[in-house]
Formats: sequence, structure tokens, C-alpha cells
Amino acid sequence: MGDHGPAKGFGRWLFTTNHKDIGSMYLWFSFAMFLLGGVFALVIRAELFQPGLQLVEPEFFNQMTTMHGLVMVFGAVMPAFVGLANWLIPMMVGAPDMALPRMNNWSFWILPFAFAMLASTLFMEGGGPNFGWTFYAPLSTTYAPPSVTYFIFAIHIMGASSIMGSINIIATILNMRAPGMTLMKMPLFVWTWLITAYLLIAVMPVLAGCVTMMLMDIHFGTSFFSAAGGGDPVLFQHVFWFFGHPEVYIMILPAFGVASAIIPTFARKPLFGYASMVYATASIAFLSFIVWAHHMFTVGMPIAGELFFMYATMLIAVPTGVKVFNWVTTMFRGSMTFETPMLFAIAFVILFTIGGFSGLMLAIAPADFQYHDTYFVVAHFHYVLVPGAIFSIFAAVYYWLPKWCGNMYDERLGKAHFWLSFVGLNVTFFPMHFVGLAGMPRRIPDYALQFADFNQIASMGAFLFGFSQVFFLFIVIKTIRGGQKATDEVWDNPEGLEWTVPSPAPYHTFTTPPAVK
Amino acid sequence: MATETETATPLRTLVARLLLVTVGMFGFGFALVPLYDLFCDVTGLNGKTNTEAFVPVAELIDTSRQITAQFVATNNENMQWEFRPEVFKVKVHPGQEIETTFYARNSSAKEMIGQAIPSVSPGRAAAYFHKTECFCFNQQILTGGEAVDMPLKFIVDRDVPDNVKTITLSYTLFDVTETGVIAVDSLASR
Repeated sequence: MGDHGPAKGFGRWLFTTNHKDIGSMYLWFSFAMFLLGGVFALVIRAELFQPGLQLVEPEFFNQMTTMHGLVMVFGAVMPAFVGLANWLIPMMVGAPDMALPRMNNWSFWILPFAFAMLASTLFMEGGGPNFGWTFYAPLSTTYAPPSVTYFIFAIHIMGASSIMGSINIIATILNMRAPGMTLMKMPLFVWTWLITAYLLIAVMPVLAGCVTMMLMDIHFGTSFFSAAGGGDPVLFQHVFWFFGHPEVYIMILPAFGVASAIIPTFARKPLFGYASMVYATASIAFLSFIVWAHHMFTVGMPIAGELFFMYATMLIAVPTGVKVFNWVTTMFRGSMTFETPMLFAIAFVILFTIGGFSGLMLAIAPADFQYHDTYFVVAHFHYVLVPGAIFSIFAAVYYWLPKWCGNMYDERLGKAHFWLSFVGLNVTFFPMHFVGLAGMPRRIPDYALQFADFNQIASMGAFLFGFSQVFFLFIVIKTIRGGQKATDEVWDNPEGLEWTVPSPAPYHTFTTPPAVK
Repeated sequence: MATETETATPLRTLVARLLLVTVGMFGFGFALVPLYDLFCDVTGLNGKTNTEAFVPVAELIDTSRQITAQFVATNNENMQWEFRPEVFKVKVHPGQEIETTFYARNSSAKEMIGQAIPSVSPGRAAAYFHKTECFCFNQQILTGGEAVDMPLKFIVDRDVPDNVKTITLSYTLFDVTETGVIAVDSLASR
């Protein structure tokens, strides 16, 4: 049977069941969402550049903070990791495609629909969602704009996409590995995604339940979250964060997998402690289910609850520390070079750890009474998400793009993107630790005068970081359109089955399974 | 197609199991609503007071110590009524039944329904604070301009820990004119 090659025209993309096509679509979609969420962030930082209200009304500012969070979490980070999973998992395990290729297509295509609906709420009567990406009741029920119903539908659709994608990933990893690839021989990127996929099918449905309860309170007269009717707004927080905490680990575990793939290649040393990396990832995933109320230390929990969640949260630092030490040990006495993927990977290890330290500070319940709902929290999660999740995605793109498209990116431009992003993000987010400790609250369009200087610095860093990503877009397009041809191996003796296929990878790979020693 | 080193679960079974997990976790999210109540009952944490009238067993009064009971009355932001306790604090002995009243007046021109929701501080004292009669067990229907003195009878349990010296009972008054019927049902069923 001859190879017909991919179909032509837009129909190719609409109907494709090919994991490479779908992976590319997820990645481009997430890039577009990243830029959109970035625009929202720049509106925020522009307004906060100086004290006083200069550019936007507070009501619109609240929509920007909400949409920035929603778009970045659900539109940029998560689809990017799913895109990487689609491209890489079949190749890494020696499978010809994902287990359920047609469901794969649907998992992707409902996303642009959901986000178009979400973005359109900004133009609706009453404006878009303005209650923060964590959408606590009753702000998101009793006091929400009419568009909240569309917000709820968008969340349902995104959740369905994630759940279907996760089922696909688990089925592919468990059922379609090439002979000889036992679980403990899989690349760590595959392991972290296997664990992430289980987290997703466990907690995404809880989010669906949460927004369904909201829908019922808003439209069908129930009182899940209304004290007047015998319910409790704090119940919302418990249900939301039961999803929300595993969600942030969902957003970082694949990043751990990327780091574990890249660092050994550029240190020219095998990953240190493979088994402990697997067990540490599994421990983090398990622990992530029992720490959710550390987001709620100030709601009036009994002391027994505060203590339990504090101790459990601090415990997560242990397996995380194991992973960080293993990455560092991998580099120890390695023969290192610092190409762009490695720069992003090393920055990931260091800056994610810094984010982890502020997380440890937040975990201390009595201290959290000072930090809660201040910019200290904003600094923490941006450090784990930006030089954490986002840098790992950049690293992954630079590392694997030559395999995907057959051309090397321009190394000088890649390094420039790295340094601009590195300086930009640190100038943006490091000062936030200080204004947070000094008492600046979150989610405010204007602030007291003593916070002005650091806010100005942060805003300048934000614009630098933001425009660096437009530069990244240019680099990616330039690479795809042409450049030095990449070899099959691309790098110096990298590990993994994906490096045994040509660059660019053929439309169909591993139609017969490879032999795995 | 790729083969397996160990026996794999057939794809259909695997997908069915994963979908079952998904549906199960969706149900779990809703189950959290009664599960939290159960957890609070079993552990005694969270400090909610009784929602049905407490039937006192004849108990001796502990005259050796006194606890100050304070009362706070607050309107939810949408609620227009006058609402205040008759007295702001009273000294009680554990085991002694105390009666007090709260004054409420519908200062609007139309009939309204109010629901008082209680809260007790410190939370660990809630399990020892028994209301034998409380206006919070029912909704209060007042016509425009009507006022009422609402009774509250309570007993502080003799077993209340020694280091509890003050118990504050706070009521928040909500306007449930729109949603009256449902609120009653949801309270009564707890």
C-alpha cells in the first residue's frame, strides 16, 4: 500500500487523526493563547505602571486579571503540554500513533471553539468573567455578570478536552509500547505524562462538578454556596482547590519530564537516579491530593486542619528536592555545552527552585496569614509557572523542533530569546516578592504610593518579557521556513527512540515496532 | 501493530475503566457536599451549631464556673431590616438553660422573609452550645413595618472545656423572599 501522504488544504487539519498534525495544532493554538494571555497581562502591567487609574476602569481591569489567568492556565500551558505529548509520546514508546486517533482530533478541535466563546464574553453585555481565575462563589454566582454561563460552558468543554486527551495518553502508554520497553525503561517525559494523565482524569471531573454546582446556584435556585439557603461559600473553595491543587502539579510534572530529557543530553551523562525520579514524581502526584486547603489557610479552619495541611504541604518539598538534586547531580562532572534548550533547562532548575522556596514560606500556616492574597503569592506562582512551566515548553520547542520540521533554529537568536526572557521575567516577578511582603494586595487596579517604584520596575520587565515572546514567534517561523538542515540525531548522542527516525519525522513513524534492548 | 512485552488490558476495557473513573470523580465532587457534613460530625471540627431544637436531658447546673455568652446580629448586605439582640452579653453556668430575645423589624413597605444563619466562636465551643429554641430554625415572615421579638433558648453543655471563657453567637440575617421555599427544605433536611 503506497504512502498517500497527508491530505491537502484545510481539510487536512480539520479531519486529521495523525498525532504529529494534532500535536502541531495544539502547539500553535497554545502559542496564540500565550500571546493573547500576554496581552491581557500587559494591560494589567500598563495600568499598574503608575499609581492612580490611567488606562482602564476597575471593572475591566478585573476582567483582564481573570482572563489572563484562565487563558494562560487552560489555553497556553495545558494545551502546550498536550501538544508535546501528542508529538513525542508515540515516537518515544515506538508506537505508530495515539491509541484513539479520532478522539484525539476531537480533543483538539473543541478547544478553539471553547476559547472563542470565552474570549467573546469580553464583548458581551456586562463584560467578561471578572472574578479571578479561581472564580470563588458568591462573586462568581450571585454577583457575576451574565456572561458567567458562557464561562461555565467553556470550562466544561476544556475539561472534556483534557479528560479525553488523558484517556488517550494513558491508553497509548500502557498498551502501545514497543516490545522490550518495560515501564521502567520509558523516557521520563513519558512517565511524567502518564502520572499527569491520571491526575487529570481524577480532578478535572471535580472541576466540572464545581462549575455545575455554580450553574445550578445561578439558574436553578440551589444553594450549594449560599449561606442564606443553608450552603457555604467555603464549600466552593474546598471543591475548587481539591481540583486546583493537583491542577498546578498537572502544569509542572510534564515540565519535569522535559528537564529530565534535555539535561542528560547536554551534560553528556545519563540521568542520575532514574528510579528515584519515577518514585518522586509519583509521590508528588499522590501528595498533591491532600494539600488543597493550603490555599485556604485564612478561611477560619480549625487548628487541626491548619496543621495537617501545613505539614502535608511541607512534605511535598521532599520528593521535589530529590528531583532537583538529581538534575544537578546529572550535570556534575558532565561534559557540558550550553545550547538554547540547555539554557532554558538550567534556568528552569534554578528559578523553579526559587519559586519552590517561596511556596515553602507560604506553606507555613501562621506566616501565610501575612502573605495570603498579597503579591507575595503572585511572585511565587509566577516563578513556578513562568521559568517553570513556560521555560520547559520553550526548552522543549528548541530541543525537538529540528526533529519536527527538519531545520535547525538559529542558535544566536535562540540564545538572545533566552537572555531577554530571563532578564524580563526576573525584573517582572522578583520585585513582587518585596511589595507583597510590604503588604500590597493582589488583584487591585491601583495601589498605595509606597508600592509605586517596584511596580514600575515590574511593568518594565513585563513589557520586555512580552515583546521577547514575539521575537520567539519570529524565531519559530524562521526555523520552520528554512535554515540549516538538521541531522536525524540533531544533538550529540541523545537518548530516545525519536532520534532514530529522520528529521523531519516522516508523517508515519514506527509503523512496525522497533526493537528495544 | 505494536505488541506488548506483558499482557495489556484490551483497549476497550481500559477506556471503559478510565471513563468510569471520570464519571466516579464527577460524582465524588457532588458527594463532597454531604461528605463534609459527615466529616464535621465525626471529627467535631468546623463548629456548626444544631439546626434542630436540642432536647435537654435534665442536668445539674455547674455553679462553680461562669461563661460569658455574647450576641452579635448582622444584616447581610442586601437585608434592610432592623436586627439586634435584646442584651449583648449574659453570664451563664454550664448546664443552665438561658432565654433571651432578638428584635427584628421589617422596615420596608412590603412583606419579606428573613433567614438567620448562626455562627459560633470559638469553633471548638460550637459542639457544646445547644439551642433548645431558636428563631434560626425557621424563616421569619414579616409584613411591611412589622416588628417581632424572637426567642432564643440555649444551654451551654457542662462538658465545655475549662479554657472556654467566652462564647460569641453571631447571627447574619439574609433576605430569602425570592427563594423562600427552597431554603426551608434544605435546612430541614440537614
